[in-house]
Amino acid sequence: MALQSLDIVRRSATTTPSPQQRQTTEVAKLIDVTKCIGCKACQSACMEWNDLREEVGINEGSYTNPHDLTANSWTLMRFAETEENGTLEWLIRKDGCMHCADPGCLKACPSPGAIIQYANGIVDFHEENCIGCGYCIAGCPFDIPRLSEKDSKVYKCTLCSDRVAVGLEPACIKACPTQALVFGSKEDMIEHANERIADLKERGFENAGLYDPPGVGGTHVMYVLHHADKPELYNDLPKDPVISPTVGLWKGIFKPLATAAIFFTALAGFFHYVTVGPNETEEEDEEKKP
Amino acid sequence: MQVTRRQFFKLSAATLGGSTLTALGFSPREALAEVRTFKLTRTTETRNTCPYCSVACGLILYSLGDKAKNAKSEIIHIEGDPDHPVSRGSLCPKGAGLLGFVHSETRVTFPEYRAPGTRKWKRVTWDFALERIAKLMKEDRDRHFVAKNDKGQTVNRWPTIGFLAASASSNETGYLTHKVLRSLGIVALDNQARV
Repeated sequence: MALQSLDIVRRSATTTPSPQQRQTTEVAKLIDVTKCIGCKACQSACMEWNDLREEVGINEGSYTNPHDLTANSWTLMRFAETEENGTLEWLIRKDGCMHCADPGCLKACPSPGAIIQYANGIVDFHEENCIGCGYCIAGCPFDIPRLSEKDSKVYKCTLCSDRVAVGLEPACIKACPTQALVFGSKEDMIEHANERIADLKERGFENAGLYDPPGVGGTHVMYVLHHADKPELYNDLPKDPVISPTVGLWKGIFKPLATAAIFFTALAGFFHYVTVGPNETEEEDEEKKP
Repeated sequence: MQVTRRQFFKLSAATLGGSTLTALGFSPREALAEVRTFKLTRTTETRNTCPYCSVACGLILYSLGDKAKNAKSEIIHIEGDPDHPVSRGSLCPKGAGLLGFVHSETRVTFPEYRAPGTRKWKRVTWDFALERIAKLMKEDRDRHFVAKNDKGQTVNRWPTIGFLAASASSNETGYLTHKVLRSLGIVALDNQARV
């Protein structure tokens, strides 16, 4: 297992650099929204593999079930009805962690080693190091991590890092009966996506395209959308996701400044002690004391 | 707690010093990170067929242990069989959730009998169940068997009974089911293909 530790490229709240000598293949999950039938086999397979069970909920007039991602549901089919091109369109998007190349959660996390990024692109949460502060939730541009009420730790899709580590595809990918979900190297997935997009354009979806947002450095979960110009149609998929400027300000500029300020205050205190010395009380003052 | 002015300053200085050291990276905790261990490493793999619909997707049942004499096996995971020509590893949500089906508390694992006119189901032995079914079948067949039709042609029909077979069984099982039932004269053969 020590060998796998070599493949970590980034750890939360850690300043020492990670070993980066080995080059491993970047992996990606491609979600072809245009092929998805909304059967939820991926949801089912995800819970089975990760030993999670969702509570039985209630119907609120949508096929989306449960109603939102939870600490037990790391992936979720979101159903949207829209009128595009003059007809009703039923857009079904598999929501879950996008495994950003530049993860906002990892940047925001203050607990060392709670969020890590592997060289293959997977962003993984290590709950044993999680302190439950919820900064990752604020840092995520896709609103994915969920705080568990049971143990106050944050959970999300791991892209089945345990399966990928032994050379298997994630559980959701394997289950998908319509090949709407495919998995492979990021390069191959982009190639596959381009074939699908060319096909969709031939069928009249002029704005078909790949969703691999550059605002977060690209993602390791990508979508093929029929309306790539309007991703917000798919249950508010952000058009141009970026990490919240507050996270950048707080962790990027303020943190080193504050560290320097504390350091220089301590230094100034030390020099003051050496040059001026401690504040001595004189006997006259002591006598004045009531 | 009584704190003098001097003690308060000492306490503040200690706190500031401690937090400064932590902020400068002298954190006592090591950041260890490794992927979760693969849970199927030494499980036993058993091929099977999904029991739900007529697509009959291939399954692999992963059970705990290596079948050693003293180890009790238990199915811990089920996923699609990539070598199966029909499904090639994929499954529908029902198939992907089969583990719950296997371990379901309401799963019927023994025959039960509700006598005519009673409300209660009572547990019976397989011998009782099979004997009773055989007896009733024989009785019905003796009474309703049609050997010849109006024109005097031999038809050997048993029109008063139907048989619900499994759509997910193999070719060989299907062949045997067919042979046994047709030899009895059963015409109405169906399966759960439309479930």
